[in-house]
Amino acid sequence: MIAAMVSSAVPGVVSASVAGAANPGVTADFSQDNGWVWLIKAVVILVFLLLTVLMAIWFERKVVARMQMRPGPNVHGPFGLLQSLADAMKLLLKEDITVKAADKFLYMLAPMISVFCALLTFAVIPFGPSVSIFGIVTPLQLTDVPVAVLYILATASVGVYGIVLGGWSSGSTYPLLGAVRSTAQVISYELAMGLSLVSVFILAGSMSTSQIVATQQQLWWFLPLFPAFIIYVISMIGETNRLPFDLPEAEGELVSGFMTEYSSMKFAWFFLAEYINMVNVSAVVTTLFFGGWRAPWPISAINDGMFNTGWWPVLWFLAKMWLFLFLFVWVRGTLLRLRYDQFMSFGWKVLIPASLGWVVCVAVVQGVRQFTEVDLRTVLIALAVAVLVVVGISFLVPERKPEPGAAGKKAIPPGEFDPFAGGYPVPPMPGQQLPPSPRRARVAAAAPAGAARQVTDSQTEVERG
Amino acid sequence: MTFTSTAATTLAGVATALTDGGKTSSGEAALFWVLAPLMVLAALGLVFARKAVYAAMSVVFVMISIAFLYIAQDAPFLGVVQVVVYTGAIMMLFLFVLMLVGVDSSDSLAETLKGQRWIGIIFGLGLAGLLVTVVVSSTFPVAVGLDEANGDSNPVGVARLIFGDYIFAFEVVGVLLVTAALGALVLTHRQRLTRHIGQKERSDARLASGHTLTPLPAPGVFSRSNAMDVPALDPTGAPLEDSVSRVLRIRGQEREFGVVAAEIEAPTRTASDPEVQR
Repeated sequence: MIAAMVSSAVPGVVSASVAGAANPGVTADFSQDNGWVWLIKAVVILVFLLLTVLMAIWFERKVVARMQMRPGPNVHGPFGLLQSLADAMKLLLKEDITVKAADKFLYMLAPMISVFCALLTFAVIPFGPSVSIFGIVTPLQLTDVPVAVLYILATASVGVYGIVLGGWSSGSTYPLLGAVRSTAQVISYELAMGLSLVSVFILAGSMSTSQIVATQQQLWWFLPLFPAFIIYVISMIGETNRLPFDLPEAEGELVSGFMTEYSSMKFAWFFLAEYINMVNVSAVVTTLFFGGWRAPWPISAINDGMFNTGWWPVLWFLAKMWLFLFLFVWVRGTLLRLRYDQFMSFGWKVLIPASLGWVVCVAVVQGVRQFTEVDLRTVLIALAVAVLVVVGISFLVPERKPEPGAAGKKAIPPGEFDPFAGGYPVPPMPGQQLPPSPRRARVAAAAPAGAARQVTDSQTEVERG
Repeated sequence: MTFTSTAATTLAGVATALTDGGKTSSGEAALFWVLAPLMVLAALGLVFARKAVYAAMSVVFVMISIAFLYIAQDAPFLGVVQVVVYTGAIMMLFLFVLMLVGVDSSDSLAETLKGQRWIGIIFGLGLAGLLVTVVVSSTFPVAVGLDEANGDSNPVGVARLIFGDYIFAFEVVGVLLVTAALGALVLTHRQRLTRHIGQKERSDARLASGHTLTPLPAPGVFSRSNAMDVPALDPTGAPLEDSVSRVLRIRGQEREFGVVAAEIEAPTRTASDPEVQR
């Protein structure tokens, strides 16, 4: 048993040993599945997702309320549990408005794309190991492919089309701004997200979800891959448009962004998709970094791993998934929305370089382990020494002082800007003294408050003509 | 004559090589015959769509359908990467640009570069000739069948090809892409003409200027009148001029508080009341 555990903890061995019968590169064995097993699993996943969304909405409102020292929904049903059901009914019964300027076809299609793509992810999420359903031994997972995690990324990236098209087809300014923000956000945060997942692929030696769970028998990947885990958690919040990254909807700036012109059922679909996406990314981070359905350590040791077999793992999986859903709510209750430019520069200048650097480090360590005789401990000690040396050097480097003076040192010595230097119209060079802008003078004249206002105001009016 | 005969034999060889190891299941055939006509329609939509966004969506449809066909042909890695890279990233960039330049703008068909059409046609024909020559003159290895190609799972098989047999081409393409990215950075780089003013400095300047820091008070005291034009009152009862929009003040449409109060308190409305006139 122990030997098996040790051997399966070494990634290379796993990929070699489990390259199995029916579907190479996938650990879970679906050979006994037939049509109705698939049907049952698919229906159960659908019902599970819808119920989880209802629960998640109630949970979020309740937890945020507790964080703000108020009771939250507590009228309908025990603990207010039926509140989100009532809200859903209200949304379905509201009048469905299609705005006049909307592009009808895409306006209708957009929420469908969002929901449809959100529902696809759970097809490859493993809820547990093999169990027996009416005499058929089958994994608690709809399906698995050797590229399952890439498939998750693909469905997520197609799902964003719902947001973008919804914003565009509304034919209105705020939704369009939300859509433009959403495209930029997705392009930048999906890169960091994908790169953070690459280090898991490298260690697990696979992109199949069942096999990634199988390789976490001894060690959950969030411990050795902690930076990647952090990057994934940050970018998953960006990916689901949640605070502090909810710039596509940003109710303080864009009303509701891309869903401003939507009402009733169509709005409910966007709403549903957002919450399913939260559940999705929580399930993905559980599967990839938190051991999937595996029991946490003291429990996993009880009775020779009894709690890692049968139906028990579903419990651990759900517990971990809700832990991350709580994290979403916690972050929402704690942090403020980022400014758009800060958000973009954080994505491009911090997250992407950090995840790239981390992938290189993991690849080097894994390469040294696989292709040389050096054992892991030596590699890790060498790495620790290197990190310490770098940190030590960074303490010796003097801190950069803020640039003295207005223009700074780098600027070219200021001179008068000659727009026709050399006889041709030329653009100004950095540091050159620009002539005062006539528009700025008008703006400055309009600004001062107080008694002089009437005069200056009429002056600007005259100037405008 | 000899060229056509060699071409014919090679094409026959290509055909046998392609069909040798391949067998199309009925499900795959059904998928193809459902998707293929739709894909052709979508591809035509790219050419003939009036709105740029519809053209982009046609391309997205074609790409996702191609991904389905790849997966049906046991190439899941290629299919999924097709969606992640092309649909998820590249078409998204296209949409981004479409939205930035204005979604309703149409292309200008005026020719700005002299003779570019002819040069374009010549280069296009050259490229087509090159591609046809390469495809016709190449010899395909004997097909080994999917079971062998995907023996160690599909991604591993693809990785062996890319990082083993075609590593040089792969590296060259990588260098090319990095060069292109650097070129784009250099070409779009713009030096600052004036100093960057940060948020801190702006807020400092705002404080130092002595203007009101908070939002200005909202206008209006009486809900019965159209109160955008009536200044709000401060705690002492004096009107706050700042509460009325600057535009109304410039146009001279601001009304005194006393006038409005008298109007509302009067038992019968006069003909000068704007609401009666309406």
